[in-house]
Amino acid sequence: MDFAIFAQYLASGLLNGGLYALIGVSLVIIYKATKVFNFAVGAMMTLGGMICVSLMTVFGMPIWFALPLAIMASGVLGFFVDKTIMRPLLAQPIITLIMATLAFDSILYGLTLVFWTGYTISFPMDSLPGKVIFLGPVFLSHELMYGFGAAIICFVAVGFLFNKTMIGLRMRATADSHEVAMALGIDITKIFSWTWVLAAMVGALAGIFLGHRVGLQASVTSALAFKALPAIILGGLDSIGGAIIGGLLVGVIEKMAGGYIDPKIAEISPYIILLMVLVVRPEGLFGEKRIERV
Amino acid sequence: MWRPCGVFDDSYVAEMTIVRTWPQRIMTIVGLVILFLMPLYVPGYILNTVNHIAITIIAVQGVNILSGMTGQITLGQASFMAVGAYTTTLLIKFAGWNFWMAMPIGVAAAGFVGIIVGLPSLRVKGFYLALATVAAQFIIPWLIINVRPDLTGGTDTLTVPMISIFGMKLDTQGKLFYVFMTAAVLVTAGTRNILRTRLGRAFIMVRDNDRSAEILGVSVFKYKLLSFFVCAMLAGLAGSLYAVWMRGIAPDHFSLHESIWYLGMVIVGGMGNVAGAVFGVILIRSLSLLVTYIGPMIGGMLPSAQAIAVESGLGPIVFGLVVLAFLIFEPKGLSRIWERVRDFYRLWPYPYK
Repeated sequence: MDFAIFAQYLASGLLNGGLYALIGVSLVIIYKATKVFNFAVGAMMTLGGMICVSLMTVFGMPIWFALPLAIMASGVLGFFVDKTIMRPLLAQPIITLIMATLAFDSILYGLTLVFWTGYTISFPMDSLPGKVIFLGPVFLSHELMYGFGAAIICFVAVGFLFNKTMIGLRMRATADSHEVAMALGIDITKIFSWTWVLAAMVGALAGIFLGHRVGLQASVTSALAFKALPAIILGGLDSIGGAIIGGLLVGVIEKMAGGYIDPKIAEISPYIILLMVLVVRPEGLFGEKRIERV
Repeated sequence: MWRPCGVFDDSYVAEMTIVRTWPQRIMTIVGLVILFLMPLYVPGYILNTVNHIAITIIAVQGVNILSGMTGQITLGQASFMAVGAYTTTLLIKFAGWNFWMAMPIGVAAAGFVGIIVGLPSLRVKGFYLALATVAAQFIIPWLIINVRPDLTGGTDTLTVPMISIFGMKLDTQGKLFYVFMTAAVLVTAGTRNILRTRLGRAFIMVRDNDRSAEILGVSVFKYKLLSFFVCAMLAGLAGSLYAVWMRGIAPDHFSLHESIWYLGMVIVGGMGNVAGAVFGVILIRSLSLLVTYIGPMIGGMLPSAQAIAVESGLGPIVFGLVVLAFLIFEPKGLSRIWERVRDFYRLWPYPYK
């Protein structure tokens, strides 16, 4: 086994995994607090990335200005989703919630098609500072390095938020039990809004870095986001740290399977992992063992 | 079922009857006659959509059994359709089989795949099971593309030979209509009947309370798998018919989006309601037909590059909005609206029964 090739697969797997981890964090934040699984994450992150591209190409903004604006816009979108769609559907059966996020995904997908067409939208060349890094024989894409860094920062920031701040404490209480949290005087509707805003922002960040690497396309990008599902199932659906580790693992396994077994199998290896985890250990590596079997 | 005041059933058979009174029987027969004479008075392009609706009804009744009655969420219906469509087509093309022999094999193959996909339901439910079916939705088209591309044509379109019945070639939409509509009517009636058997009651029991079902001797796992089996078989049937209807199949035709649309149609119609599923399919398919007419009108007012974008984006937006509107304002779907309308004309002009 050639070590340089192995190191290259490992490195690019980790970097790709960083993006899955970011998307995973976005999903886990919402799942933890509201027990809703946001299938619209792909469309939301595509939209966030496309807003960023348009701010840069149409309005000529530099990236350091366009990026926060796009993220804020996504936050507003998240707030809107919570207020208009998830609020009326509070405490509905799971299938309703799944279908609601899928329907919203469909709306966003249509909107991105209308405003940005079905073609690939690329960021202006070299809009992120830095160049491809060569570490010996291993080459590291700087765009993905940003994504990886953002994933780590998000992990730390969200960890801090959940563990050290008052609002994080309230979020955890809400996640534990809606009724008890309400009885203790927590305004859980406000908590829900905050989690959606936060998750939408993290998702948009993933969309922006992914867009830098491979461009954004309405149908392709949301299909990529689906690869974050195996990541969070592997890590455990209610664990932020699990989402990060699951994301990195899925990224590495995908690259390794593609490199050593068959390039074609890379595409579906995450889903094979997903099925295996579901059958063998449904709660994932770090998740809470609370799955109803029957 | 609610009865008007003073009307009683005096036998179990009467209690279980669906079409109970003479006016209802006459209306059913007249309705069926009008339905089956459709090719005589409906123009070809609408008949094309009607055929699509008939095929979709078959697939959606499958989703209705699995998601509506048994409560197991599936986002993999289109991939089961793909199994049926490809099995049937490959048998016709490469084994030289007759369509009517190949189709049952396609249906059985889809059912078998359905059981495999349903296996995780042994351990998980809810979101987790939905994710397992999503995984199937990605893996099955991948297998079709990559395992034997020399047979399936990979991502390319695989052409399907024309089929014939009793030596008569089914070469027009009007002739195909009879095959599709017969299948759709039989499947719908069959689904309605499943509800009234032990099988259907067991499905509903698993959905409503799986623990008490197990305690009362209904093997939850067995019935979940059976539900997956029936659902996937109907998808396989729909897939075989779809291949015949399109005269060409590609993995793209059986995408995750299709599966989502099928689930959406069940929701719009009313979960677990057989008539509702039919209404849901008709509403969503008619809306998308409408969009293909309205899209170019809106697009015509815009520069050409924008026009195509608007046309392609309008369909998903309308679908999403309709499903969301039903989820929020009428969670029981069109079947509930239909019930209200029926109650109104039954009682009118009296305020109550």
